[in-house]
Amino acid sequence: MLEVSNLRKRFGGVAASDGVSLEVREGEVHALIGPNGAGKTTLIAQLSGSIAADDGRISFLGNDVTRLEQHSRVKAGLARSFQVTSIFRGFSVLDNLALAVQARSGSSLSFWRPVAAERALFDEARAIAADVGLGERIDTPAARLAHGEQRALELGLALATRPRLVLLDEPTAGMGPEESRRMIDLVERLRGRLTVLLVEHDMDAVFRLADRISVLVAGRVIATGTPQEIRRNAEVRRAYLGEAA
Amino acid sequence: MRIAFLILFAVALPIVLNSTDQAFYLSFASRILIYALAATSLNLVLGYGGMVSFGHAAFVGTGAYVASIAYVEGLASAWIGWPLAVAAAALAALVIGALSLRTRGVYFIMITLAFAQMMYYLVNSMKAYGGDEGLTLPARADIGFGLDLGDDVTFYYAALCFLALAIFSLHRLANARFGRALLAIRENEARAEAIGYPVQRYKLVAFVIAGAAAGLAGALLASHGKYVNPNILHWTQSGTLLVMVILGGVGRLWGGVLGAAALLGLEHLMAEHRIGWLAALLPDYQQHASLGVGLVLLAVVLFAPQGIAGLFSRQRHA
Repeated sequence: MLEVSNLRKRFGGVAASDGVSLEVREGEVHALIGPNGAGKTTLIAQLSGSIAADDGRISFLGNDVTRLEQHSRVKAGLARSFQVTSIFRGFSVLDNLALAVQARSGSSLSFWRPVAAERALFDEARAIAADVGLGERIDTPAARLAHGEQRALELGLALATRPRLVLLDEPTAGMGPEESRRMIDLVERLRGRLTVLLVEHDMDAVFRLADRISVLVAGRVIATGTPQEIRRNAEVRRAYLGEAA
Repeated sequence: MRIAFLILFAVALPIVLNSTDQAFYLSFASRILIYALAATSLNLVLGYGGMVSFGHAAFVGTGAYVASIAYVEGLASAWIGWPLAVAAAALAALVIGALSLRTRGVYFIMITLAFAQMMYYLVNSMKAYGGDEGLTLPARADIGFGLDLGDDVTFYYAALCFLALAIFSLHRLANARFGRALLAIRENEARAEAIGYPVQRYKLVAFVIAGAAAGLAGALLASHGKYVNPNILHWTQSGTLLVMVILGGVGRLWGGVLGAAALLGLEHLMAEHRIGWLAALLPDYQQHASLGVGLVLLAVVLFAPQGIAGLFSRQRHA
């Protein structure tokens, strides 16, 4: 579904992506792990299109999207969530999600007809709010949500674009154990509905959720495999798991 | 209710002024309406789109010059000259916007300023159309239908119609899909792009619409004074429009109108009415009217960050 070959990105003297190759298969939950500074978020940014790769190729659903702008990739079914929560803080939960539904459903070059008349937009937004556990909070301004709720809205915004593949950049970032568990349940429920590429630091979550895992170290994927294979991989243990566990 | 009162006031104003022998103020009122239109167009860019454009006078000036040149070249009809002015200003906004919107923040401010200054020097060098001395028009544009814009009352109502149309359109736009997308972009550009909005394109569309409306304001301004000179494109004019929007209320429907009325009204008061006790203290204070305006602006920014419009509204933004 997503094929990344030999992706390179340098920031000054630092190679954040030093020839990353990766394949995400349709329907799987694919975890991307690696130590801090391995280039995970930079990779997500290149895959989503918010920063341009210096070299290499990204292919999504058989099409070369390497040079495609981010909003076009979203239209093609490739959406992301952010590690640092990025929501429309001044808008209510419902308006946040309705904005995302609006972006997907037809052109927004409509200058006269009030959005309030488009019931389908808000009905769908309500359904997504319920889906991510914010059904009771739809009228709350996003800025006033608790951290865990904001993370759920973050995920909801990505889901509202109806992606085929969603890139989740540390969905449990900054969460307590209870909130984390709820978020992991949420991600678990996505299995089968869409394909997930998940960046995550919580190893319990990774080994519970992932069908396959890729390990990114210093801008390169050093191993890809099932959770069992990754656990047994000597190089991974030396480079990462050994020091984390 | 308040809007009904406002409309009544605006419509009745010429009658009141004529019956009290204050007809001079009618021309001044028209000037406020035109500046309100220009400031409202800037508010679309600044307040709704979050783009701090420091070159809006370029589009007002383009409209003013194109309408004036059309007039002296024999196209006296407003129905030709004004649409030409609007189209030219929209085109200028398209070109300037497409280049400027590649930048962000302070760079965007500087590049829009730079483009406006380039246009300023361009019209300064147009010797065929007055150069730095400007261009005098024999009369106001010809509107047909047996109406004469040369009459201050007729002109006032024409300007009022355009402003009302602009305000109503902005109201519709803000609540339509485009306006919501634009507000989302203002609030969080990265997120807007990440849910699939073509951010650059939408910002450019807003920039062009605002440029077109500013062009209309320019055409009206030239016709109103029967005169246009390069100062209409000077950077201080862009600054004045920014001050109006900030004073009136950034991102508020009536922000441009309130700001234009407040600023022009204040300037007028400072210039025309000598305050005795202040003059005793500072004899030449009227030469420094902009200082007073600056103090008022400072007070608004500090104590009413939502502008004058914010003082009237019951519900505050978060």
